[in-house]
Amino acid sequence: MDVLTLSRLQFAVTAAFHFIFVPLTLGLSLLVAYMETRYVFTNNEMYLKMTKFWGKLFLINFALGVVTGITLEFQFGMNWAEYSKYVGDIFGAPLAIEATVAFFLESTFIGLWIFGWNRVSKKLHALSIWIVAFATNLSALWILLANGWMQKPVGYVLRNNRAEMVDFMALVTNPYGWTKFFHTILSGYVLAAFFVMGVSAYHLLKKNNLQFFNTSYKIASRFALVSAIFVLMTGDFHGVEVAKAQPTKFAAMESVWETQQAASYPLIVVPDPKNERNAIEAFKVPKMLSYLAFHDSNAEVKGLKAYPKEDRPPVTLTFLSFRLMVGLGFLFIFLSLLSVVLSRKGNMESRPFFLKIMLFSIILPYIAVQIGWIVAEVGRQPWIVYGLLKTADAVSKSIDTTQVLISLVGFTLLYGFLAVIDVYLLTKYAKKGPEEIISEMKSSSAAQEV
Amino acid sequence: MEFQIIWFILWGVLWAVYFMLDGFDFGVGMLHSFIGKNEAEKRTAINTIGPVWDGNEVWLITAGGATFAAFPTTYALMFSYLYSALLIILFALILRGVALEFRGKGESARWKKGWDLAILGGSFIPSLLFGVAFGNIFQGLPMDEQGYHGTLFTLLNPYGLLTGIFFVLLFIMHGSLWLSMRTEGTIKTRAAQVAGKTWYLLTIVAVGFLIYTAFATGLYNNFINMPVWFIVPILAVTSLLGIKIFAAKERFAAAFYSSCILIVMVTFTGIVGLYPNLIPSNIDPQYSLTIFNSSSSPYTLKIMTIVAMIFVPIVIAYQIWMYRIFRHKLSPADILKDTESY
Repeated sequence: MDVLTLSRLQFAVTAAFHFIFVPLTLGLSLLVAYMETRYVFTNNEMYLKMTKFWGKLFLINFALGVVTGITLEFQFGMNWAEYSKYVGDIFGAPLAIEATVAFFLESTFIGLWIFGWNRVSKKLHALSIWIVAFATNLSALWILLANGWMQKPVGYVLRNNRAEMVDFMALVTNPYGWTKFFHTILSGYVLAAFFVMGVSAYHLLKKNNLQFFNTSYKIASRFALVSAIFVLMTGDFHGVEVAKAQPTKFAAMESVWETQQAASYPLIVVPDPKNERNAIEAFKVPKMLSYLAFHDSNAEVKGLKAYPKEDRPPVTLTFLSFRLMVGLGFLFIFLSLLSVVLSRKGNMESRPFFLKIMLFSIILPYIAVQIGWIVAEVGRQPWIVYGLLKTADAVSKSIDTTQVLISLVGFTLLYGFLAVIDVYLLTKYAKKGPEEIISEMKSSSAAQEV
Repeated sequence: MEFQIIWFILWGVLWAVYFMLDGFDFGVGMLHSFIGKNEAEKRTAINTIGPVWDGNEVWLITAGGATFAAFPTTYALMFSYLYSALLIILFALILRGVALEFRGKGESARWKKGWDLAILGGSFIPSLLFGVAFGNIFQGLPMDEQGYHGTLFTLLNPYGLLTGIFFVLLFIMHGSLWLSMRTEGTIKTRAAQVAGKTWYLLTIVAVGFLIYTAFATGLYNNFINMPVWFIVPILAVTSLLGIKIFAAKERFAAAFYSSCILIVMVTFTGIVGLYPNLIPSNIDPQYSLTIFNSSSSPYTLKIMTIVAMIFVPIVIAYQIWMYRIFRHKLSPADILKDTESY
């Protein structure tokens, strides 16, 4: 393998790994902030325990999200020096702004939240987790505006052999970045809500702390339902942005080969990229594809054949990832709706079968967000900046295969190790009940004192 | 003033503040296993940096981000040329962060010992390698039209290694003063002893560094051309002496602040000497990366200047506020009562 392939693989591994932790942070920070606020206003001890129990799981996850983020910033320079030179004038700005306005806020106030329980007032303590939640989401905004620029470059001119920024507002208001931002953070909320419902389901199945976990479940189910509906809506709007800005990605997502007007949407498709056609297209919904692409049922949808072969992304992977993601999106709405209805009376323990489904559903949003990124990043190929710079021209010239092979193996081993530790700790603390965590902390410190 | 110069100063400030803040985190990380003789003492040492280390590390992220936004060509070449060294720093920083967070989340002695080792390595390795990297930047890298003619091992030359050891000692000094200021009991006594002994070693290495710099680098040229800048290294030497005087009087807060000034002035001695280079070439000066030939466009620099002028002061304000909230002294007895800490 060459430096290009290895570097791409390494970016995929490190970005995918980072994004295991980010979505839970995005959503769980808000849920914990909500719980702590309930505690501050009601003085109900159960909400304090809830804050501490879910907060513990939040922190285990948060730590890995933070440390794996640095890798991505470093990699642009390390592996993608030609890219960084060519677009740094405009692409560097949102990254630097992210660190300055969001990451500082998040990393400083998380310290206040962890260590400030007995140092600051209850209200200020609750405020600090709101600031963390706000800052994480703000951080996502700047990162996705940067990514949005790679998908739909705006606000630049080609000058001095590079892309130079001429319109900062165009970068900041890029509709591609904004629709992607909402779609991404909302999918994080769904993931966090399913995480809370799944862990609660585990305890409800064991009949532990029924009131505590029924309440947690109920809060999460409502959050899940609202978020899942909005994920679908923002996904629809984002799809229009993709169709407008990246016709080849859109065509690959839907496996469209021929350019058509008033295009129909086949519910079942089996792509056959070798022969540039679909082996099977069945159950066609008339005009649906044109509507999805442009919110206009008569619009023209470009097919892949309208573009030279070397400008098309891998079709099967993009298509399958997209279909599965959409399918999961509908499933999340269905499961959250059922959850809201069933958890209304606070006796979820009487639905063991459904609880088992929800326990095993923890993994599903994780799959959905990962394949969502596959659609976004594989679907953009062969471009690193759509229409402007090819991935093959972006890789560093001064690094060699051995270096990248060693770093790729190193990342895989280190991240594999961290994944094991993370799963171990999350399972360990998730299985403990809230009472157990709190009493254990007290007894262990008492024991050490003696 | 030209935007490039503003950003060069800001670039220096970001690195200086990063070393000043994460420097004591590294120092504590290198010392906690030796100064802490039992679990409670080790936890005490770690908990002095618990609330702040994460916010301190963001100064590195921002220094990296600012290099990218303001000097993209330097960012691209520096990071790809120093690939292997940066990779090791990255792994070490990842391990340190995870170790600080996870150490307290297991009970067995093996678990804690393993993470203690990770904290030690994750603090020592970046300290050494940041020094090695900056030592090599001061000397210049072998780069020309074809790119970079070096490997990881080219960086491990005598001057690079001396700078690395210099950084390690600076941070041990800094961390031991931080612990002397922030803890109580036997752990404080031990930290003060370490600070006292480290001072002599640091002074010897610092003198060696200042002399060797004259032979290995062109840093002094700027000072000779504009002698007023000698104020920066003079302040560094003064604050080094200040550490000794204040530590001897057991005024550890003053000694720690002297150490802060020392680190900032050492960094700025390098920054002043480098100007207008970000990375000089030691084989052909016309391939040096300067603030003029590797910067972003004036428009981008203007936008970034506005962002920095608004937000950096805000960041400094809330970080100072955080340090004030967590300014109390920690003792092993308090730590055992605290269930929320590391």
